[in-house]
Order: sequence, then C-alpha cells, then structure tokens
Amino acid sequence: MEKLMTLDEAVRKFIKNGSQIALGGFTVMRNPMALAYEIIRQGIKDLHMVCHSHGQALDVLIGAGCVKRLEIAYGGAGRYAPTCIRFKKAIQQGDIEFEDYSNYQMSLRFLAGSLNIPFIPTKSGLGSDLLNYEGFSKEIRTERKVATKKFEIMQNPFIDDKDDVVLLPALNPDVTLIHAQYVGEDGTIRIKGLTFADIEQAKAADIVIVTCEEIVPRSYIRLDPDQNSLPPFFVDAIVKIPYGAHPTGCFAFYDYDPKHLNMYRVYANDDKKFKEYLDEWVYGIKNHEEYLNKVGSDMLMKIKANPVIGYAVGLDRR
Amino acid sequence: MALEYSDNEMMAISAGRFVKDGDIVFAGTGVSMLAATAAKRIYAPKAVIFFETGGIDPSLDEIPMAVSDLRVMSGTCLNSGLIEAFSIVGHRKLHTIAFLGAAQIDKYGNLNTTSIGDYHRPKTRFSGSGGACDVASFASGVITFMQHEKRRFVERLDYLTSVGWYKGGDSRTRLGLVRGGALAVVTNLGVMRFHDETKEMYLDEYYPGVSIEKIIENTGFEIDVSRAKQAVPPTEDELMTLRNEVDPQRLICKA
Repeated sequence: MEKLMTLDEAVRKFIKNGSQIALGGFTVMRNPMALAYEIIRQGIKDLHMVCHSHGQALDVLIGAGCVKRLEIAYGGAGRYAPTCIRFKKAIQQGDIEFEDYSNYQMSLRFLAGSLNIPFIPTKSGLGSDLLNYEGFSKEIRTERKVATKKFEIMQNPFIDDKDDVVLLPALNPDVTLIHAQYVGEDGTIRIKGLTFADIEQAKAADIVIVTCEEIVPRSYIRLDPDQNSLPPFFVDAIVKIPYGAHPTGCFAFYDYDPKHLNMYRVYANDDKKFKEYLDEWVYGIKNHEEYLNKVGSDMLMKIKANPVIGYAVGLDRR
Repeated sequence: MALEYSDNEMMAISAGRFVKDGDIVFAGTGVSMLAATAAKRIYAPKAVIFFETGGIDPSLDEIPMAVSDLRVMSGTCLNSGLIEAFSIVGHRKLHTIAFLGAAQIDKYGNLNTTSIGDYHRPKTRFSGSGGACDVASFASGVITFMQHEKRRFVERLDYLTSVGWYKGGDSRTRLGLVRGGALAVVTNLGVMRFHDETKEMYLDEYYPGVSIEKIIENTGFEIDVSRAKQAVPPTEDELMTLRNEVDPQRLICKA
C-alpha cells in the first residue's frame, strides 16, 4: 500500500507552515495525538485550525506555539479541563486570532465543503452574539482560506413572510487529521463508535492523513462494509500507530487516561511546567515505543477497553 | 433523621423531575449528565438520552465525564455523528429537552458560555458554545444548571452565546426561532421558571434550608418571589437510585 508511511513522512509531506487543519475526534476522544506531537516536533508554525469541539490535540498544538489562527465552537476536555487551559491562556493573552461558531455551524461548514457548495443555511444562532461579533479583523479576511465575512443573514427566498436564515461559509481545510481504529489493506477506513464530524471533515479536505490502531486484511474490511466510514480514495496517507490517540480514548481499544489528563492540567496551568511537559512527552520522545513505555504497561492495562462493551469498565476516572 | 444530600444531588433530582416519558433528553457534561440519567432511571424510563456527539440511548452503566466519552457510545441504539444529533434536537416530531450549564444567565434565560470582558481580549475565556447555541435554538425546552451567585445572575451578559427568551415577550419567535425557549433554571439554591407572557424569570421553588432572602441576595437582577414554594426534598428512593445506579463511582454526586 503506497499510502502507508511513517508519522514523520506523513507530516513532512503534507503539512506546511500556515496550513489549514481540521482535527478528527472530539474533546477527549480519538484526537490525532501522535500527529499533533509530530507537528510540534517538526516545528510547524502558523497553523489555521478549524474545529468544532476540541480538547487535547488542539490544546497541545496551541501551547507549543504551532497555532496562529483558530475557528472554533468549543475548547474543553470534559471534566479534566472544562475549558482547555492553553487555549484559554492564548485567547486571554491575545496570542492567537480566533473566531467563534457553534458545533452545528462548524459541522455544517464541513458538510458544505464536502458537497462542494460555497455556503449553507441554518437557523442556529439567530439572536446570539455568535452573529454579532466577528473574531477576525478585516485584514485577516483577505487572507487565504479565510471567508470574506463570518456569516450572512438573509430572508428565506422561498416564502413571503419574514423568515431569517443564517448563511455560513463552507470549509475546505488543507489537511484533515483522523485517528481510526481500522484501515483495510485496500485503504478503506473504519471508525468504531461515534464518528463525530470526521467524515464530513475528511471529504471536505484537500489532504487526509489517517493514523490507525490496526491494519486489517482486505477480506476482513470488506466482509461487513456497512461498518466502514471512508472509501480508500479520500485518504492520502496512512500511518499505523497503536495508542495514537493517547491520552484521549479510542472506542473498543482504550479509554481516556485520567492520570495523564490530570497531570496535563497541572502542567498546562504553569508556563514553565508546560515547557517541561513538552520536553518530556513530545520533544524528548524518540519513537512511539518510548512514549508507550513512559505511559507504562500498568496504565495501558488499566485503560484497555473491554472490546465488547467499548470502554475500560471500572476504571478510576477521578 | 433528615436525609443528607449534596447540592449536585438536589439539582439533579430537581431537574430530573421535569422529564416525562417519551421526552428526548439532550445531556451535556457534569451535573447535567447526572440529571439526565437520574430522570431516566427514576421518573421517565421511556425517555431517551442522547448526546450532541451522536450517541443515542446509551446504557449508561457508568456515568460519562464528557459528551464524547466512550460511555455515550456503549449500549446505544445507534452511534452517529454531529449532523445526525442536531437533526434530532430540532426535529418537529420530537419533544426534546436540553440540559445546559452556563457561566452567566440573564432574566430571560439567555446564556453566556463564551467569555467575560471584551470578546476579543477577554478577562476570562470559557469553552465557547459547543452545541449549546444550537440546542438553545432548536430544542423544545432548555433547563439550565447554575451556581446561584450574583456575578452569574446578571442584568446584562458579557456575551450572549445561547438564546433563551431573548428580550422577553414574543421576541424569541420574532427572531425566527419557532419553538423552544428557557424552561427552568436549576441552581444550588432553588428552581426558577419563566413568566408565561413577559418571559421574565421568577422563583418557583427554594430548597429546604434555603431562605427566599438568600436567593434574592444572590440574584443580580430583580426576581419575582411571590409564587415561591419550598421544594420537596429528595426521597430516600431517589437518592439511593442516584447513588447506586446512576453514579456508583460518585464522580459527580459527591460535589
């Protein structure tokens, strides 16, 4: 399979300074963490992130100084960081350019991008400050991959009575990063559990990089095609990297790692300590085996999901 | 001897009592998750809990800590995604109740989960809308969980993330939002509802041990208390179900 490559190759080949990036997963689930760490190691800067609800991968990328611009609905990591810490600091300190949307609005924008239509209507947000404040300045609006305006409100052209609708600009990210459970030897992608907006994000993007837990035979992935998520031709790079979403979870494979997420919160709250975190968990890591050794076999056993139930039953999640 | 219970337990039970069989309940994180699960286990076994992430009717044998938690994908009737979830929230055939939380609320039940201070350079930044603005736009009714403090119950929001009754009266409908609105606000002190016509918040119930004066003191705008009555405290059955079945690991109950 010629799309199969290493983490290093995939990031080097497809992600550039200033790329617009969409992340698969959601808050503490199936974040493309291994890809995020590799982006940081390669020193890629000025990323323009387009997100619905994101947590760990987004927060690490912001904290490491890789992100210049952000369109987002929600920055949080469940109970471990109700508001993502480096995200919060970056906005409060004026370190990044940002613009707020809602989850449905962002999902619709990816859907529009996937359908190759320029904008999409909704009623969500009428009366809200999401439609009163533009986050980006006029100067930014002239730049590549930035819509000329955040939204437009117009009268529904199909009825005579007053009826406002909100038009949202489509998104076509340069690269979408996804972590999936299975990739077939033919390149077919299978995501188990919730797919969030991964499929719309993938179809909207110019390039799709998929990391996965397992590569499985073509005969296996085609035995039950109803379960599959994306056909091979949408995907440009495939990297096999078990536990590639750690410390976020991956349905039927492993739970989120409460110990790591709690530790992260402590480190992220302090600028100096956060640098130590990056040194220890990102820059200082030579390969994925070393990363997993640091997590430790006892924790990997604790978070191992019951493959039938989907999560680690009885895991201490405090 | 009187039963002892935590604020979160009282809040979850107060909110759970609003849910009826057949309702489709949209749950967020924290106490909202506790309330949704309690509602199904105690009052409305035929209610369906679902999440904006796309998990529909999970078994919830363990309480999820995030709306993307693996536990919202387990034992479901269907696992889907965000677009599908939002097609449920606003569906004309369904009665959907959404549980939300917020940093600030005003007297018309509008919510702020975005920021305090200037939007572009805020004093405090929060997570942002997530799906809150969407469900506030589309659900049949919203129940909001709040800590009852003056700085949170404000005359004017720093940022209006999610629309409740907007500017009161029929202003919500005139925006083009055809249904829904703020149903109730459940706090650590009591339960607020909204006047049928003016859509202004009023005190409906205060918890045992909480005075009406304390609620007035902790509300940053004038609130009608003329209809206030004492809430029924949680029964032993309700508390046992909550502790033993809904949140056996006491991840949220104990707070």
